[in-house]
Amino acid sequence: MSVTAIPYTVEPRPDTGLNNVKLGIWLFLASEVMLFGALFASYILLRVGADAGTWPRGDSILNVPLATLNTAVLITSSVTMVMAWASCMRRDFGKFRLYQGLTVLAGFVFLGIKYVEYTSKFHHDLFPSTSTFLAIYFTLTGLHALHVIGGMAYNAYLWGPGARMWKSDLEQFTNRVEASGLFWHFVDLVWIFLFPILYLL
Amino acid sequence: MSAHDVDVDKHVRTYIIVFVSLLALTLVTVAISYLEMTTGPAVALALLVATVKASLVACFFMHLISERKLIYLVLGFTVLFFLFVLLGPLATEANQVGV
Repeated sequence: MSVTAIPYTVEPRPDTGLNNVKLGIWLFLASEVMLFGALFASYILLRVGADAGTWPRGDSILNVPLATLNTAVLITSSVTMVMAWASCMRRDFGKFRLYQGLTVLAGFVFLGIKYVEYTSKFHHDLFPSTSTFLAIYFTLTGLHALHVIGGMAYNAYLWGPGARMWKSDLEQFTNRVEASGLFWHFVDLVWIFLFPILYLL
Repeated sequence: MSAHDVDVDKHVRTYIIVFVSLLALTLVTVAISYLEMTTGPAVALALLVATVKASLVACFFMHLISERKLIYLVLGFTVLFFLFVLLGPLATEANQVGV
């Protein structure tokens, strides 16, 4: 049985001017924008529709210093992610391993802080069923955390067993790191909006 | 050092500047929340800073500043649908308030 290689994983397609990996990940991110967009719209609608004085300010319930720290952690992980890609471009495997590893580590730190936040809420009997605010808070941050876990899983794969491709096809490997990075930056971008609307307003 | 390496080095310097700017803007976002402002201006200001931060991530970390036309087209449609999803329900709510 002959194996047919998937075309245009590295070289650009003549009609789109892009390789399929790049176009594919951007189309996927477009669908993600709509997923989070629907939830952001729900948040706005619930808040605007709430009776006057019943919607709490985020900082009266949530932990702003921890969320600020988590914002810094995610921003830092975005830099290490893009540095991992730059290391691929420089053909420096040691640096790639370092930055990719730091990105995954930052993901663990983010989830650890989130765990502390969630358990603190549960200990104070604050659950998604407690109020509309907490329902949308847990939905948005929970969905975001699932994205962090997904991104971490693929980044860890590229750091570990997936890195075998470094020797066999560095260009395709670099493309994979770039696509994975685009997803990771998107996750950071979503948090940039979640932080002020949930915690500060 | 090849021209390619010099190009990547230039990118890396930009990443560091963007990183510092993002951290500074995060502190600005938190500082704004301590100002005694009414909800309207507070939301507008917080979203403005968040949009600037998101633009920095998209333009430099995601390389949108130098991307192919087709990607811009995809994102253009996405923004259009996103605004529809965001503003459509709000328009309904405004209509209800009017009633």
